[in-house]
Amino acid sequence: MKEEWRKLFQLFWTFFKIGPATFGGGFAMIPLIEREIVEKKKWIESEDVTDLFALAQSVPGAVAINSASFIGHKVGGVKGAVAAMIGVSLPTFLIVLTLGISYLFIHDNPKIEAAFVSIRATILAIIVYAAIKTIKTSIVDKTTFFIMLIGVPALFFIHPVLAIILGAVTGAISIFLKRKLGYKITPRKDKDKVTSYTSHDYFIGDGI
Amino acid sequence: MVLWQLFKTFFWIGLVSFGGGYAMIPIINSEVTRYGWIPAKQFTNLIAISGMSPGPIATNSAILVGYSTSGIAGAIISAIAILIPSIILVILIASFFKRMHDNHFVQSLFYGLKPIVTSLIIYASISFALSNDLLTFHISFRMVSLLVIFGLSLFVLIKYRWHPLYVIILSGLVGVALYS
Repeated sequence: MKEEWRKLFQLFWTFFKIGPATFGGGFAMIPLIEREIVEKKKWIESEDVTDLFALAQSVPGAVAINSASFIGHKVGGVKGAVAAMIGVSLPTFLIVLTLGISYLFIHDNPKIEAAFVSIRATILAIIVYAAIKTIKTSIVDKTTFFIMLIGVPALFFIHPVLAIILGAVTGAISIFLKRKLGYKITPRKDKDKVTSYTSHDYFIGDGI
Repeated sequence: MVLWQLFKTFFWIGLVSFGGGYAMIPIINSEVTRYGWIPAKQFTNLIAISGMSPGPIATNSAILVGYSTSGIAGAIISAIAILIPSIILVILIASFFKRMHDNHFVQSLFYGLKPIVTSLIIYASISFALSNDLLTFHISFRMVSLLVIFGLSLFVLIKYRWHPLYVIILSGLVGVALYS
């Protein structure tokens, strides 16, 4: 019993230390997970990390949080998953809350307001950059290009959640039809790339 | 009441949040506008702060929207709400479908999911530009300079792979110099 709690605390604490490294995204955690969890703690094997990150991308939610939960589950079951998830989320929760509170204190300051005029243009650039990066992994053939093309104007009229559901259903139907008609199915491009991320890389629009 | 709305909203967002946080911005935005939680410009600033912090953009935005609407309790409720679907699905998948990403059906869902997530991010950038008056044809110093800031930011991100944090901080300093 005591042993179990110690392990849960260790899971929590390990991911608590890794959490702040998820700056802009989950893949930045990989080198730290390799060092802390594979080499030091020897809880999982190195190839498990790649597998779990691939799996983490098939679940809604952030890659950082999902992969931490998967690793936690592998090490300590359901409780382990929860411990790892809280560990990885807590530091960023506190940091973002601190930043948010400070912002609300100073946002009437004319200098801060001026800074945000420029920052808003930069945020737009970051989103456009995310779109460009996502296009590279998501548009693999004519069908996917077509779904994307229809999707943009459609979003002005339908709820985004409905668009996501329709997109997934359209994908499943078109794969089904392609199989029936005997077309070649375009393989997924991104899975084999997971291992190539280094600590200098960050996650924007990847991981879908 | 607001706490319940926050919980409901971010729980649903957590359930569909595929593809990195940027695809979730229009969804969070549409809910924020529907409930009238915060004005458009302030929402954009919150996205900026989410981008400056470590952690996932979607979760960070949830925390900040929650905090702006109902303080610390709102922040905690929103964070929990957006995390619950992920943790439940992770536990289910880890317990039952160990090799889900090899499953043909799941793969075929993702085949359509990925391009629609791309549409969402493109849509996010269009609606973002519109709601922040960045798309105007009224030529002024402010408009031209913002266009240059946008262009330079995109350039250093693509060409030199700068970390977004540094781009945001530098851009903020430029803003203070130009517009205050």
